[in-house]
Amino acid sequence: MDIIAKNITHTYNEGSPFSSAALKGVDLTIREGEFFGIIGHTGSGKSTFVQHLNALIRVYTAEKKYNPKKDKNTEKPVLQIGEFDLTDKKCDFNALRAKVGMVFQYPEYQLFAETVFEDVVFGLRNFAKEKPTKEAEEAAVQQAIEIVGLDYADVKDKSPFDLSGGQKRRVAIAGVIVTHPEILVLDEPAAGLDPIGKREIMELLHKLHRDWCRTIIVVSHDMDEISENCSRVAVFSEGKVFKCCTPQELFRHSEELEALGLDIPLTAKVQRALAERGVEIETDFTRDDFIAKVSALFRKKTDKGDDGSCGKM
Amino acid sequence: MDMQETESVAVRFENVKFKYDQNSRYALNNVSFSVKEGEFVALIGHNGSGKSTTARLINGLLEATSGKITVFGKDVSDKKNLFEVRKSAGIVFQNPDNQMVSSIVEDDVAFGPENIGVPREEIGERIEWALSVVGMTAYRNSSPARLSGGQKQRIAIAGVLAIKPKILILDESTAMLDPKGRKEIMDVVLRLNKEEKMTVIMITHFMEEALLADRTVVLNRGKIVLEGEPQDIFKNSELLETYNLSLPGIGYICKQLQKNGMAIRDCLYPEELAEEIASLLQEES
Ligand SMILES: Nc1ncnc2c1ncn2[C@@H]1O[C@H](COP(=O)(O)OP(=O)(O)OP(=O)(O)O)[C@@H](O)[C@H]1O
Ligand SMILES: Nc1ncnc2c1ncn2[C@@H]1O[C@H](COP(=O)(O)OP(=O)(O)OP(=O)(O)O)[C@@H](O)[C@H]1O
Ligand SMILES: [Mg+2]
Ligand SMILES: [Mg+2]
Repeated sequence: MDIIAKNITHTYNEGSPFSSAALKGVDLTIREGEFFGIIGHTGSGKSTFVQHLNALIRVYTAEKKYNPKKDKNTEKPVLQIGEFDLTDKKCDFNALRAKVGMVFQYPEYQLFAETVFEDVVFGLRNFAKEKPTKEAEEAAVQQAIEIVGLDYADVKDKSPFDLSGGQKRRVAIAGVIVTHPEILVLDEPAAGLDPIGKREIMELLHKLHRDWCRTIIVVSHDMDEISENCSRVAVFSEGKVFKCCTPQELFRHSEELEALGLDIPLTAKVQRALAERGVEIETDFTRDDFIAKVSALFRKKTDKGDDGSCGKM
Repeated sequence: MDMQETESVAVRFENVKFKYDQNSRYALNNVSFSVKEGEFVALIGHNGSGKSTTARLINGLLEATSGKITVFGKDVSDKKNLFEVRKSAGIVFQNPDNQMVSSIVEDDVAFGPENIGVPREEIGERIEWALSVVGMTAYRNSSPARLSGGQKQRIAIAGVLAIKPKILILDESTAMLDPKGRKEIMDVVLRLNKEEKMTVIMITHFMEEALLADRTVVLNRGKIVLEGEPQDIFKNSELLETYNLSLPGIGYICKQLQKNGMAIRDCLYPEELAEEIASLLQEES
C-alpha cells in the first residue's frame, strides 16, 4: 500500500481564540516497502500528520473547510492509502486501522488493561475478522511479547502500570504489531529506551520490516537513528514538508538542517570537522561506512609509506 | 558525621532498599551514595534499573523499605520534614502528562510555587522567568493538553524551575525534545548549576548528556555498579554493554578505528576525534 498525501491541512480548535494551524499543506508520498523517517522541530506537525494515517485525525474536516473561491492557491486534499480514500466519509476506517498500526509518542496512553496479556490481546480481538481460538490468541500474544524483547512468563500477568518506562514501551509496540499491520507508524519509538534497548528496538523494526509489516514509518529526533536506519526521510517545518530525500542527500547539506534548528548525525559532525582540517571523507553517514572510509584512508597512507597525502577518496 | 559535612551534602542514601510490594524483588537493593551541594550527577542505567525509583525516594513520594535517606541532612522518612524536602528537591518526571494539573499553562507553572507558599507578587515574576527560560512565553495562556510532546515537556520543566529548588532532579526530562530544544534546556541547567549552585541529578539514556556531568552513577538491577567521572565510566565498552549501556557514539567510532589499527587516543567528542584522525593521517612518515 502506497501512501499519497497532498495539500493536507489541519487546524486545531478552528474558530476559537486558541486555534493553531498545525499542518499547512503537506505533500508526501511514501511507497510500499520503505523504511521511512520523519524529522522536524518540536511543534512542526509530525504527530499531527501521522495521526491522519490511521484516521485518528480525519482529513475530511479539512475538506469541508476547503473553499476554492476563497483561496485559489490551495487545492483539495488527497489522502490515499492503498485502496483507502481517507477523504471519503464512507471509507472503512476500521479496516484501515487494522492495516495501519500506530504506536504513539506516549505509548503509555495505549495501555489500559489489568495485565500485559490483556493489553496485547485487545488489539487482536478488536481487529480479528473471526474470533481466534484461545490457543491461537495465546500463541500470537506470546510471539508479540517475545519479539519486543520481554519475558512472556515474567510479564504476562503483571499490570502494565507496574512496569518501567521502557518496559511499557515494548508492551505498547507488542499490542500494535500483534495484528500484523501492513504499515507500522511509530512516533519516536526509541525515546526513553536504554542504549541497548534502542538498538534492539531498531533491530526489531528491521526484523518486522522484512517479515511482518511492509512499510515502516518512524518519527524521530535522533539523527543518528535516521541515518542508520531509514531509506528516505521527510523534514517537517512549520506544518509543511521542507524536504524529502535519502539521509545521505539530507546530511550532505547539513547547513540547511542547522538553519532549521535541527541536529546532524555524529558522523556528519566528524566529517565536517575533518574537512576543516583538510581531510575529505565521502560517506553515506552510517557509522559502519564512516569507519570503513576512514580506515581505508589510513591503509592507503600506511601502504604508500612516505607519501603522506590524503586526498578525496 | 559532623555538622559541616551534613550541610554540604545535598542527598545521601545509606543502605537503601526498596520494593514496590511484598512479593516483588527489590527495585533498589542496598544503595548508598551521596550528592554534594552544587554537584551535577548523571544517573544512568538500563530500563527498570531503579532510576525513577531513586528519584521518587529522594523527595518522599516513595518511602524506603529499609535504610536512610537524607536531603540536606533532613531525614525524608520523617513526615515533619516532607514539606522542606519537597521545597528543596524538585523533580521533572519522565512523562510530562503526569504532572500537568491545570488547563492553562501559566496556572500549571504557578502550581508548584503556590504550593510551597511563594508570595503572590513573586509568583508572577517566577512564571515569567521560568517560561522564558524554556522558550514558552508565547504559550502562557494555552492549554497544556493542546501542546505537542516537546512543548509539554518544556512546560513541565518550567513548572519545577519556578519552585527554584536547591536540587533539580531531571528524570529523562528532555527525551521528547528535539536536539535544539534539548541543548537549550541543558544549557539552562548547566548555567543554573554553575552560577546558582543548583544541585542537579540528571537521569538520562543519552550517553552524550551524561558526559556533561561532574560524576556519573550507574545503576544495574537496583544496585550501583559504577561511579566516577564520565571519562572513566565511558572507557570500558564491554562492561557497559553488560549493563545495557553503550559508549557515546563518538567513543564507539573511535574504538572501531583503533581496532582497525589506527593509533589514536580515546575520544568522546566529534572535534576531538576529527583532530586525532587528521593528525594521524597528515603526520609525516
Ligand atoms: N490537541 C491539540 N490541540 C491544539 N493544538 C495542538 C494539539 N496538538 C498539537 N497542537 C499544536 O499543533 C502544532 C503541531 O503539533 P504536533 O504535535 O504535530 O508537533 P510535533 O512535530 O509532533 O512536535 P514534537 O516533536 O514536540 O512531538 C503545535 O504547534 C502544537 O502546539
Ligand atoms: N509503580 C510500580 N509498581 C510496581 N513495580 C514498579 C513500579 N514502578 C516501577 N516498578 C518496577 O521497579 C523496577 C525499577 O523501576 P524504575 O521505574 O525505577 O526503573 P528506571 O530505571 O526508571 O527505568 P526506565 O529507564 O525504563 O525509566 C522495575 O523492575 C519496575 O518494573
Ligand atoms: Mg510529536
Ligand atoms: Mg524511569
